[in-house]
Amino acid sequence: MGAYVARRFLYMLILLALSTVVAFAIIVLPPGDYLTSYVSQLEAQGGEVTDSQIAALRAAYGLGQPEYVQYQRWMTGLLTEGDLGRSFAWSAPVAEVIWSRLPMTLLISLGATLLVYLVAIPIGIYSAIRQYSPGDYVVSFIGFIGLAIPNFLLGLVVLLLFNRWFGISVGGLYSSDMQSAPWSWAKFFDLLAHLPVPMIVIGFGGAATIIRVMRATLLDELEKPYVETARAKGVSEWRLVLKYPVRVALNPIVSTIGWLLPVMFSGEVVTAIVLNLPTIGPVLLQSLVTEDMFLASGILLVLTTLTIVGTFISDIVLTWVDPRIRMEGR
Amino acid sequence: MSAISRRFANPLRRRKETAIDAIDDPTRAHDELVYASQLQLTWLKFKRHRLAMIGMWGIVALYLMMAFNGFLSPTTPDARTELTYASPNRIHFFRDGSIDPFVYGYELKADPLTMTRAVVQDRSQEFDVSFFARGPEYELLGFIPTTIHLFQAAEGGQIFLFGTDSLGRDLFSRILSGSTISLSIGLVGVIISFVLGAVIGGFSGFYGGAFDTVTQRLIEFLIVIPTIPLWLALSAAIPAGWSALQVYFAITIILSVVGWTGMARVVRGKLLQVREEDFVLDAQLAGASDWRIVVVHMLPAFASYLIVQLTLAIPAIILAETALSFLGLGLRPPIVSWGVLIQDAQNVQSILLYPWLLIPGGFVALTVLCFSFFGDGLRDAADPYKN
Repeated sequence: MGAYVARRFLYMLILLALSTVVAFAIIVLPPGDYLTSYVSQLEAQGGEVTDSQIAALRAAYGLGQPEYVQYQRWMTGLLTEGDLGRSFAWSAPVAEVIWSRLPMTLLISLGATLLVYLVAIPIGIYSAIRQYSPGDYVVSFIGFIGLAIPNFLLGLVVLLLFNRWFGISVGGLYSSDMQSAPWSWAKFFDLLAHLPVPMIVIGFGGAATIIRVMRATLLDELEKPYVETARAKGVSEWRLVLKYPVRVALNPIVSTIGWLLPVMFSGEVVTAIVLNLPTIGPVLLQSLVTEDMFLASGILLVLTTLTIVGTFISDIVLTWVDPRIRMEGR
Repeated sequence: MSAISRRFANPLRRRKETAIDAIDDPTRAHDELVYASQLQLTWLKFKRHRLAMIGMWGIVALYLMMAFNGFLSPTTPDARTELTYASPNRIHFFRDGSIDPFVYGYELKADPLTMTRAVVQDRSQEFDVSFFARGPEYELLGFIPTTIHLFQAAEGGQIFLFGTDSLGRDLFSRILSGSTISLSIGLVGVIISFVLGAVIGGFSGFYGGAFDTVTQRLIEFLIVIPTIPLWLALSAAIPAGWSALQVYFAITIILSVVGWTGMARVVRGKLLQVREEDFVLDAQLAGASDWRIVVVHMLPAFASYLIVQLTLAIPAIILAETALSFLGLGLRPPIVSWGVLIQDAQNVQSILLYPWLLIPGGFVALTVLCFSFFGDGLRDAADPYKN
């Protein structure tokens, strides 16, 4: 067990190192260097930029030197001071911009993930033990729709319907009068009232997948002889299903948390743009459009890091759910 | 007979009957099943899957629509009119109790309150609709110049089945024209992913060792990165000066960066599984080369499985293209794709006022749904271990 955790931890560190390479590649990839856009932006604001200033900036960012030297500098800054570079558009350190938006992003994506599990697993179980019942057909149909409609389109449709039916706007996370109000219970409840819509929109596709997986694996499991044996021995149907087949069927779902998380973060990014949420999504899009590459790469790095850590945690949880892994090597 | 005994008796009796039938009359149907090839068996099973058949015909219809888009659309996708944001009008088939198709006209009306102009339908004007009529010139199937369209309104009238956009262009014609890109990008993307995945996954599975370990770790890493942010970042690096065709292929390749990983896993897993089979050992003993063993003996063993995976991968790529283009970092105007078309629906105000701008999204959902149904049915049908 301890060796297993240590091995997964080491593996996580390697993945994290790889993700910094990708994040750095995002900075270097676009044609022209980022200093050019910074200088043109400074000039557009009416500031004068002298050649010596540019030279100083070039030296500070290590531009003109080979990429691995630049990477080394960037990594040193990242590891020693948590410095992800500077956002030109926000005129602030990248870390600061991300920090201001991260809690809400996490709240929404993780909340949506939790919602997906809470809703999808029971529905999947129901669908499997009541196979071909009207309820199963309804669930399967909704599931197919969930797979077919992209997040952003669902977001748009929800916006449209809420506006048509209830005459309310569901965009954003606060009502307009609460937007800049200081934190209070009223604002907190206002936030709570606004959270479900984005969570449902983000979680819909993921829930559809999990329902399908849960239903398929549980159906396979229910055909096995041990289920028949238990039934013959007179174990009550509820206990019978929940005690063994469901536990086995949960396995593939727990082990793919690592795949669900990137889907949720992707969904969050797109949905946040459509629903105008104060999270990382709109900032990422903006930074890419304005070629604010330090910010873009910082966001990608943070999202990837979160997923990698999430996968690590899910690996540990899996050892707890599945004794075969826990006992490995004994 | 009690309800319970009836429940048990019926299937038994039915089974006995069919067994007797088979003995009395060695039917052709039975022979067909015994001597049917794998392909025929798959098709027989597939035909029974109703949703899968719906999906298949849906796909056929969509691709026919793509092939004949110029003929089906009443106008060209880029033809502007002064009727901006006109709401959809429909063809009325009956007039005064007899079949006489017509459409109502549009008129521009100034709203005295908001000082804006709006396009409204004008019930006083009626325009005849004729079928197989001459209209704007286009190239049928991309190379036959012609002017025949499925339907045309009489001079002065307009048929906007799905309304118009901000420049007064016919959304119906634009959706049909956009299908060329949206429906082909899935196929092209899947082919690129497949070639990459099959080659890399194939080497990885057949030779194993260090190459296998490195590839597997790389794949796991690529799966961990949230796809949309990665795609967005990569697309942002496409130079603005590239031509439409270059952007199209760049986007396809970017989408395949993630797509190949799934394919490589499948190929590798299946290769590892089939490698242990006796017939592979036989072939090796007979002195067949590695290449021959893989291509002639192993590939047919899991080809059907690969085809299913390919089918299920197409909708993912179509969805991805749509999302990227919608966010403005994928394909860009003047290219017309369904994703580019939904860009117009980006802000809440426009979908509240002009909800028909969401129609291209409906086509995306429809296409994905058809491919999912088709792929699911194919998977069930191609699995020899399932009844």
